[in-house]
Amino acid sequence: MRWVNRRISRTNSLLMGLIPIVLLTVLYLVLASERHALNPADKILPLPGAMADAMKGLIFERDRLSGRYLFWSDTLASLQRLGLGLGISTLSALLVGLLLGILPPVRATFGMLVTGIAVIPPIALLPILFIAFGLGETAKVALIVIGIAPVMIRDVAAHIGALPRETIIKAQTLGASTWQLILRVALPQAMPRLIHAMRLALGPAWVFLISAEAIASDIGLGYRIFLVRRYLAMDVILPYVAWIAILAATIDFLLVYLSRRMFAWAHGADR
Amino acid sequence: MSALLSLRDIWVEYGEKVVLERINLDIPEGAFVSVVGPSGAGKSSLLRVVLGQEAPTRGVISLDGEALKPECGPDRGVVFQRYSVFSHLTVLGNTVFGLECAQAPFSARLFGAKKRAAMAEAEEMLAAVGLGDALNLYPAQMSGGMQQRLAIAQALIKRPRILLLDEPFGALDPGIRADMHKLITRLWQDYSLTVIMVTHDINEAFSLGTRVLTLDKWRHDPHAPHRYGARVVYDLPLDRKTQSSAEQPEEPSAPAAADSMDKSGSVTIDETNNN
Repeated sequence: MRWVNRRISRTNSLLMGLIPIVLLTVLYLVLASERHALNPADKILPLPGAMADAMKGLIFERDRLSGRYLFWSDTLASLQRLGLGLGISTLSALLVGLLLGILPPVRATFGMLVTGIAVIPPIALLPILFIAFGLGETAKVALIVIGIAPVMIRDVAAHIGALPRETIIKAQTLGASTWQLILRVALPQAMPRLIHAMRLALGPAWVFLISAEAIASDIGLGYRIFLVRRYLAMDVILPYVAWIAILAATIDFLLVYLSRRMFAWAHGADR
Repeated sequence: MSALLSLRDIWVEYGEKVVLERINLDIPEGAFVSVVGPSGAGKSSLLRVVLGQEAPTRGVISLDGEALKPECGPDRGVVFQRYSVFSHLTVLGNTVFGLECAQAPFSARLFGAKKRAAMAEAEEMLAAVGLGDALNLYPAQMSGGMQQRLAIAQALIKRPRILLLDEPFGALDPGIRADMHKLITRLWQDYSLTVIMVTHDINEAFSLGTRVLTLDKWRHDPHAPHRYGARVVYDLPLDRKTQSSAEQPEEPSAPAAADSMDKSGSVTIDETNNN
């Protein structure tokens, strides 16, 4: 049988998905124990025990200086920034993308501007944001928004712009005004695509979050990673990175679930 | 009898390219006009112009004696070959949509008694097209034939003055297509519709229509093939059919239909003057 035709059952695909992860873990453990055999004080590839010890302090014990559980405060602060940034971007993508996609005059007026903003590397704007908004939360959220909103807007606008002409015409022959067409046809058609755009934007959103936290912050997952880097504390960095991966994967999973649940019509026969 | 729809000296040009030229047509109420012609002869352009999707380069189209604006409206219903239905709405939602747009300008949604009335009307319409037990399906769950039935119900609930069909059955298999022919004939009679149907299928054109128009280029310049557009080269009234007497189409083959018309002498072929 050709490889392109092979069908993998659910259980098998789960098992097969675990294989590379297990292999990588084993490889890491082998390398780490080799290094530790040579130098028991090695910090570059810490053993699981060392990671657990280091994380225990961050997760279960209050920080002596600030009185906070650092791991949880970091997570909360980062998720709040990410949520705000993603939320604002999503709302503006829906609003602007919808109008840009469905109304030719709006597209003619603002299309070029949105494209122009989208091609600016967001990190290049970070100094402007710091100057304009200070070093507080606003600048970090603004960086995420500037980083992902233009791409999301363009994606939603392109999707709405590519709706079959027939559908738009049909709605008009049923008496729909521009407003009704936006509300009852374009908006619902945009929603599944919007969630898709959120999923794709999640990766860049994390990049901008960690960057902003690394440069100027006093709390957050990215801040902690860059702080402990000074002490070569791989036993904190690696669990933090794994935690970020788990958070990101969970959000992605939730978005897929939400889309399938709320917009089953867009997922065709595979529901 | 004055015409319901009349086209006066319609030209459609895209830049240098002339697609339709000097189209003059009068379509009386209750007619079922089939439009046939080779690909690229401007059948769909004609439909788009009547629909209001495009403005003719020259000429006037009037419906009920009033000149049409080049914009679609609820007085002209349409069924396309594909994408005529809204994939995010159920069958019932698709059908109620037209009523909601008319009755709720701001929210485009109905509530309470108005909603129940609209639902009842939609259900009746859906029963008429044979979708009475598919009310809560989404288009993606339905066959092509069912989707076209839905598209027809959706259009008819607005009681359009004229129904435009753009190769509505082109993507269906022959069995389903025959069913759809019966359906559209029945609806045409029951609802006293005026229909313009563009089709590739000449059997379909003759078996359904009360009049068959053939569009084609009347002149060809080999050095500038785009300089001459299509005109109505044949305009065949099929007198034997009227809305009250039309028999269910029996899928006659086109030559047979043409033969019978020759004998009855009711065919007028006028190549020089369009009408």
